[in-house]
Amino acid sequence: MREKLEALKREALDRISAAGDLNLVNEIRVMYLGKKGELTGILRGMGSLSPEERPVIGQLANEVRESIENGLNSKTAALKEAEKYEKLDRETIDVTLPGRTFNVGRRHPLTQVMNEIKEIFLGLGFEIADGPEVELDYYNFEALNFPADHPARDMQDSFYIGDGVLLRTHTSSVQPRVMEKKAPAIPVKAIGLGKVYRRDDDATHSPMFHQVEGFMIDKKISFSDLKGVLLIVFRQMFGEDRQIRLRPSFFPFTEPSAEVDVSCIICNGEGCRTCSNTGWLEILGAGMIHPNVLKMSGYDPEQVTGFAFGMGIERVVMLKYGIDDLRLYFDNDKRFLAQF
Amino acid sequence: MRVSYKWLKDYVDIPVPPEELAEKMTMAGVAVENIEYPGKGLDNIVTARIEKISPHPNADKLVICSINTGSEVLQVVTGAPNVREGQVILLALVGAVLPGGRITRAKLRGIESYGMLCSAQELGLDPENFPPDQREGILEFPEDTHLGMDVKELLGLDDAILELELTPNRADCLSMVGVAREVAAVLGTALHLPEIAVREIAESINGKVSVTIEEPELCGRYVGRLVRKVRIGPSPVWMQRRLQAAGIRPISNIVDVTNYVLMELGQPLHAFDYDKLQDQAIIVRRGRPGEKMYSLDDVERELNPEMLVIGDAGRAVAIAGVMGGLDTEITEGTTSVLIESAWFNPASIHRTSKKLGLRSESSARFEKGIDINGCLLAATRACQLIDEMGAGETVRGAVDNFPRPQDNPVIRLRPERVSLIMGVEVPGDMIKEIMERLGFRAAPEGKDLLVEVPTRRGDIALEIDLIEEVARLFGYNNIPTTLPEGANTEARRTREQVITDQVAGVMVECGLMEIITLSFMNPRVFEMLSLAENDPLRNAVTIDNPLSEEQRYLRTTMIPGMLDIMSRNTARKNADLAFFEIGRIFSPVDGQKLPRETAALAAGVMGRTRGGWNTEPVPMDFYYLKGVMETLMEALNIRKYSIIPEMGNPAFHPGRTAILETAGERIGIIGEIHPGVLEKYRLNERACIMQVSIEGLIRASGGVRRYSPLPRYPAVDRDMAIVVGRDVPAVEINRVIRKTGGELLQDISLFDVYQGEQIKEGYKSMAFSLRFQASDRTLTDEEVNGIHEKIQQALKDRFEAELRS
Repeated sequence: MREKLEALKREALDRISAAGDLNLVNEIRVMYLGKKGELTGILRGMGSLSPEERPVIGQLANEVRESIENGLNSKTAALKEAEKYEKLDRETIDVTLPGRTFNVGRRHPLTQVMNEIKEIFLGLGFEIADGPEVELDYYNFEALNFPADHPARDMQDSFYIGDGVLLRTHTSSVQPRVMEKKAPAIPVKAIGLGKVYRRDDDATHSPMFHQVEGFMIDKKISFSDLKGVLLIVFRQMFGEDRQIRLRPSFFPFTEPSAEVDVSCIICNGEGCRTCSNTGWLEILGAGMIHPNVLKMSGYDPEQVTGFAFGMGIERVVMLKYGIDDLRLYFDNDKRFLAQF
Repeated sequence: MRVSYKWLKDYVDIPVPPEELAEKMTMAGVAVENIEYPGKGLDNIVTARIEKISPHPNADKLVICSINTGSEVLQVVTGAPNVREGQVILLALVGAVLPGGRITRAKLRGIESYGMLCSAQELGLDPENFPPDQREGILEFPEDTHLGMDVKELLGLDDAILELELTPNRADCLSMVGVAREVAAVLGTALHLPEIAVREIAESINGKVSVTIEEPELCGRYVGRLVRKVRIGPSPVWMQRRLQAAGIRPISNIVDVTNYVLMELGQPLHAFDYDKLQDQAIIVRRGRPGEKMYSLDDVERELNPEMLVIGDAGRAVAIAGVMGGLDTEITEGTTSVLIESAWFNPASIHRTSKKLGLRSESSARFEKGIDINGCLLAATRACQLIDEMGAGETVRGAVDNFPRPQDNPVIRLRPERVSLIMGVEVPGDMIKEIMERLGFRAAPEGKDLLVEVPTRRGDIALEIDLIEEVARLFGYNNIPTTLPEGANTEARRTREQVITDQVAGVMVECGLMEIITLSFMNPRVFEMLSLAENDPLRNAVTIDNPLSEEQRYLRTTMIPGMLDIMSRNTARKNADLAFFEIGRIFSPVDGQKLPRETAALAAGVMGRTRGGWNTEPVPMDFYYLKGVMETLMEALNIRKYSIIPEMGNPAFHPGRTAILETAGERIGIIGEIHPGVLEKYRLNERACIMQVSIEGLIRASGGVRRYSPLPRYPAVDRDMAIVVGRDVPAVEINRVIRKTGGELLQDISLFDVYQGEQIKEGYKSMAFSLRFQASDRTLTDEEVNGIHEKIQQALKDRFEAELRS
């Protein structure tokens, strides 16, 4: 009997260890431990044993049952674990396939840059002012000290809408409007951005384009302050390494006037195609607000001074992204717009 | 303005090379755009004499020349037809590089040749700049020309031409002397201006010329000088070279002198054939209606009272400041010349030259304003040059009709003002020195300076003009960089700006790309959109002088711009479009000069959303765009709005269009574009567009958002499917459900709408998911069932809705 039990145990454990799936493990369980199982069969023969032998064999039989059960349990656990891994393995996907798609909206590159400019100036304490695109000659020219016979006032260069009304040719028209409203209060710090119009249409001119105008009026505002503010602005726009350079120029509404160059954003001033090997990019016109302009809008030029500047947005965007054709802006090709 | 560096050096000391001068001038406000080197590349080309010509043994058309370069005699084979012995020519030596190629030692038909005889063309020079007989064939020079002289030196090509880009205020720099004054001020070096005086003959001008100015406003001064015994011929070579350098073609001595003085002093002159002037009279007057005159370019010009004219006793002889007349032109037979040196009104000259389409060196200068006090000197300078070249003798005295004399203005300049504007302390003596460098007299008065500004600087009238002079000569880049002191300002976006940005942000979040279109509108748009005759959109602001008829109006609607861009993209095979634009639309306002400008949002979609191997594309149809609109309303916290079917808009599909209303105000339209309109825009797919007034959105938005507590008791969800007539609007069903459901009905969501099989013709099935919830207890099934049944009954009563199981 003892030998039978020992043999049974060996046989069962061998089978368990060989079993490859849970079904087989269950079959083995039934085969050995079930009601009609072999161990039960052997134990049924216990009756024929002597009373001395019975407890010994009984204990042995329990040990055999236990080790078969342990074997079955640990095999089951091992198989279940293996199955989990297999499942994960089966579920492997190609993570290099493209993801789900969304429609991606974007701002127009011109608006993006205008927003950037707004942020910079808001940070410097400039408010964002607004003015009409259809403007009175007064705000567009006269209040900006343009003489009556200035060529810009010609039908040749500006779009007119009846007598003394035109599409604004620059955002500078915002300046006298704001000044008139605020005078004689100081300080005044404002920018105006938006569409402007000139009678030009070729590869390098669009009849509509965008500008930003900015100005500041206070006691003792000087040309050196203009330089300081512009340096901050350009460094924020184009990076901390930017330098600026001012060249004397002429605008009717500022004096002294300057063309402001920024060190080339492509070559860092080394000289390249973008800056025509000069190392500088002409980017902005500026100057001290002309006393006549202050006077016309209600400020006393002996009491306050101010600076003003104006910049074309299209050019900045061109430089920033390396765009080489102005016409792309208003062409609105989806493939162009999707790049920004 | 083209400025010869060599010529300039006659008038001012320039201790720096052209490049450095250009940089310094640019940084002082007279921008040098470009430097041209006329002799660039012309090396190893020298003067030489042809000593002997012998025939070529192997070629009829070639000859062999022995050529003396002064240092050696070279054998050169040439085919040039106009060679002869003793001639001084230009020889390109072996190694010279001409536009046509490098000169090498060559064998021509078996004979060695060591160079090439040069024509103007072969040197890359404009033949028109040479006398007519030299324009073809090799160039020839006087026999006494020094041999071995470099071509650059010979032709004055060892120069640098500075191209100035002048700002409109610096008309004073439209002359060599003007530029020289500027250079002297910039470099602080000495001027050497020509001494102007002329030898006069005994004959006096008195009684020889009468000058009448009928229009002193338009002609502030008229100077005439008379030259006798004129011998017309070529001007001296040096003068021709200088004119060429300035871009002016030499013509004859008298004409060249007038042009030379124009370039030198900036005063335009005109020379009349004195004997052809009727009664030797000059009358400065307006043109007469119907009056005609042949101008120097042999074109008959029609004059009018808008134009200032120079007349003699009988007719017009010149268009003042613009062009002379043919009748009194200088010809080979001219023996007496009247030189005109005048000041004309800039605006008048500008108008006339524009009207006639005639722009000249003269009109360009008059237009910008010349120095009224320089007229007499310029006339005298011309006489002096004519005298010096032996081309005529100057009659004593000048006629000088000067109805409006002008003194030099005196301007007070306060040093503390200079420092305030510039932001840097500039010492008084430095300011004075800068004024003097400019040739302005500066007399101290107390702390201030009284500065006398010559009339040639017509741009300087105010103290600030002088401050600018100080600043630019001090150097803008020597001014420090500071930050403004003073009170802080409060800068923030206005509510309008914030909401407008928000609108754009929602559009981007909804996957739309921003476009920017021109604000113009083509009149054809009205027909394209099938607008009725009385449609308010036809009431557009009209541009008087559009660039083209397509840009005649300012847009009254954003829709055509959107359609144009959709059409353009479609034509380029860019499918699946989702765009938005924020811009202004314009409408005239009765009785006001300025139109109304209102900001509007337009959004347009067509095609489907982006799909992919794992993503089903969604059609971008009416409901897609409506979703965008609803998202916008949600984002702006606009709760009370209605979408009302709109059948009357001719541009839109009558069954697929709606009006957006808030508080009874129509603020937008949304819909599918009418198939007829799609066709006109060559759109082959349905397109949906909405346009919403930004102002309308701003007015409607702004409700305060309030928190409501999160539910603490569970919700019960019930689905309900009904069949109703096709035309029953969803919004009505919704309303009935909500009303009947009462406050326990938390949420209604429509999850299916179906027409087709299993549904009766003319009916639709709609499936809703209803969520019931109470804030104070868990709802029982009985309670929910009760409400659910009530809703079903209400739908049945109201819409004859049948329940689907």
